Amino acid sequence: MPRPGFVLDVDRSTPPALIWHGEGFRLERLPAERSRVVYAPEPLSPLPDPDEAIRAALLAPLGDRPPLPELLRAGMRLTIAFDDLSLPLPPMRRPDNRQRVIETVLDMAAEAGVDDVVLIAALGLHRRMTETELRHALGDRVYDAFAPYGNLLQHDAEDPKGLVALGKTDLGEDVEVNRRVAESDLLVYVNINLVAMDGGHKSTTTGLMSYKSVRHHHNVRTLQHSRSLMDRPRSELHSSTWRIGRLLAKHVNVFQIETTLNNDTFPSQFSFLQKREWEWGVRDRASFLGASRGLDLLSPRARRSIFQSILAPHQMTSVQAGEVEAVHESTLANLHRQQVVDVEGQSDVVIFGLPHIGPYNVNSIMNPLLVSCLGLGYFFNMYIGKPLVRPGGVVILSHPTPWAFHPVHHPSYIDFFEEVLATTTDPAEIEKTYEERFATDDWYRHLYRTSYAFHGVHPLYMWYWGAHALEYASSTVVVGGNRRAVRRMGFRPASTLSDALEMAEDQVGRDPTITYFRCPPLMLAHVH
Amino acid sequence: MSTDGARARLRAGASGLLGGRARLASRSPAPFPLGPPTWPASVPRPPKRSELGVDYETEWARRYPVRLARAAYNEIVTRPLIAAIAQPSVDGLDRLEAVRAPVIFAANHSSHLDAPLVLSVLPERFRNKTVTLGAADYFFTSQLRAAYFAFATNAVPIERVKVSRRSAQQAALLLEEGWSLLIFPEGGRSSDGWAREHRGGAAWLAARGERPVVPVYIKGTGRLLPRGARRLYLGKTSVTFGAPIQPDLPARHLVARIESAIAALADEATTDWWSARQRAARAETPDLRGPNGSEWRRAWALGPSPKDRARHPAGERRWPPRA
Repeated sequence: MPRPGFVLDVDRSTPPALIWHGEGFRLERLPAERSRVVYAPEPLSPLPDPDEAIRAALLAPLGDRPPLPELLRAGMRLTIAFDDLSLPLPPMRRPDNRQRVIETVLDMAAEAGVDDVVLIAALGLHRRMTETELRHALGDRVYDAFAPYGNLLQHDAEDPKGLVALGKTDLGEDVEVNRRVAESDLLVYVNINLVAMDGGHKSTTTGLMSYKSVRHHHNVRTLQHSRSLMDRPRSELHSSTWRIGRLLAKHVNVFQIETTLNNDTFPSQFSFLQKREWEWGVRDRASFLGASRGLDLLSPRARRSIFQSILAPHQMTSVQAGEVEAVHESTLANLHRQQVVDVEGQSDVVIFGLPHIGPYNVNSIMNPLLVSCLGLGYFFNMYIGKPLVRPGGVVILSHPTPWAFHPVHHPSYIDFFEEVLATTTDPAEIEKTYEERFATDDWYRHLYRTSYAFHGVHPLYMWYWGAHALEYASSTVVVGGNRRAVRRMGFRPASTLSDALEMAEDQVGRDPTITYFRCPPLMLAHVH
Repeated sequence: MSTDGARARLRAGASGLLGGRARLASRSPAPFPLGPPTWPASVPRPPKRSELGVDYETEWARRYPVRLARAAYNEIVTRPLIAAIAQPSVDGLDRLEAVRAPVIFAANHSSHLDAPLVLSVLPERFRNKTVTLGAADYFFTSQLRAAYFAFATNAVPIERVKVSRRSAQQAALLLEEGWSLLIFPEGGRSSDGWAREHRGGAAWLAARGERPVVPVYIKGTGRLLPRGARRLYLGKTSVTFGAPIQPDLPARHLVARIESAIAALADEATTDWWSARQRAARAETPDLRGPNGSEWRRAWALGPSPKDRARHPAGERRWPPRA
């Protein structure tokens, strides 16, 4: 029986806590009697037979959808869209959930005699996936059956011929969707719900729409009013995607399939990362020491290469299919079962140890903007109710924050970091002054459409992602980061955690209360 | 430099050194993570789960690399050693030819040599795919001991007194996974040289797994390394395999049948097959449990002990006694 997550009050007997630091980790002793550590629940038991569970979900869908085989017929146009490379994190061992689900859907489509089937990677404004990445997500059997014949596509949010306008929502939000999707008799969307923000209408409205549509919810105002991004009823971003998704559903028959994973994140050689420190045995301590010392000897590039090769032993804990909203409610319940940890009250300071990977640097470099997005955008938002830190509190991030960018994946990030952040770090001003330029730049558009680059506007979105935290907290301190890079983003650099806590005292007073959110493994703090 | 001053400095140095040693000796364990972590006062400690005895986890010993290492160890160390110490002669292997693995080998038990002896003479198809059920309170009392027996004899722990559900389920599972089992149904080595009453484990497992029981009679190991012996004697031994017994009887009848099959094998090994068969047909097979009576009579009936061999060079334990 997996143990639930819990909050440990730090006293003098508490051993040092493991804190992630990019492609590495540290053991840090937290101040006794005023610190607490939030530990994630242990991984749930996986479904005993995921393939059978998928089949059962397709045959007994939720909401007002009939069983999938009843929606399939010869002569129809079937489109299967799936989540892109940004999910799950780290990438899971084969077979990926997407492969399992899509193979089952295709088996049913083959039985029904459906010939016109197209697969689309729902990239949104993310970079295109490489063949290796597609094969990993879909499996060789699916890839070889579709890619050689041009039936495995990647969504292009800048293709004027490949997009169709379906109208506007009541609030004037443009709904411009992938043409193939709009012209299909049935869209089957295959999702992996890693965090509560994923899934539901957000899947289609972000992954399969144009910049013109996405900008309605990926902007400073919605992100500042999403409290949090992981709490759909209180997320303005989700309100917008739900409005757009409901309009889409009037034009397109959507059959949503969502899956959840347990938070079994690290392979056995790194299993100590998953354990509570006082339960570390000899093997865990030896692994920690070996890994820490070994990583210290390696170059950043070699360290990155090792960490990027980690495949998580995630396993499927639930699968649900049918009407989007009914499916998503069930998905969230299953996700909460794995991730929610109850926390009493807020603290003056919150500490986030940032790992090597986020949604936008799979097989890539975690540049300073992605550090900010992961810390202030994702980790800060991993709450229901209230943030872990009080208004005006201090956020401490731990990451090396190298001044390094992947030139192929993140070209517009480089210009944004060099030019824009040197001028201002105010998200609203950036949006007003620079968004259009980055979004419509022909070179960035060309790289997004033909190379493996994120959309030109993406670095701005990364900055907006932290808008809620920037507005809410009084300052952000980065431990062990590149000082120039940290200062460029308007954050304060600190050499050690003790220095960072001392700097925090300038803002929140002496002897502040501290929460350390020990993530990964992923969890969601329900702050009462 | 005065001599006194030099002595004083020497004393001071020596005392500093000793003090240093004393400090070293009383130093607390290395800090985490070099040493073990402290346990937070607010977190209740879970009840300590024993990792020894019946809870010792032997799954590692059945992984392929360990199996390979054990096969090599047995070929290079165990078998030559057993051949040198016990000089075994083997009978009845032809009775195993038609038997499909897995099976349960049920043998009499008088010495720690029994398990390695039987394992070393098993046909190759059984040898590296047989698990020995060993007493949890004897073979699995320390990490080193448990690891050695799990490795060398592929032993898994089982309670002698009252078999728990966990032990029984584990043995049944092993059988299902295709592992043959070597069981000593007496539940321990003979304490006086005579056999003990059989327990029901082998029969229960056979009935549950619907696998045959192969009775095995081991002769001579009790002389080479009897219970409580402080030294090992060299000598000859024999291992006789009997015809497989199908589990087509209720378990309690099966227990009796296994016991009588081993007794008949003992008779066969001591005399000859034909006369043993005749005695078995007349229900006159000598009882392995020895005569009823006082302790000295039971001991007397065994014949001279190994220590007496100087006085009785031709002496051989009469076990079972000739009819």
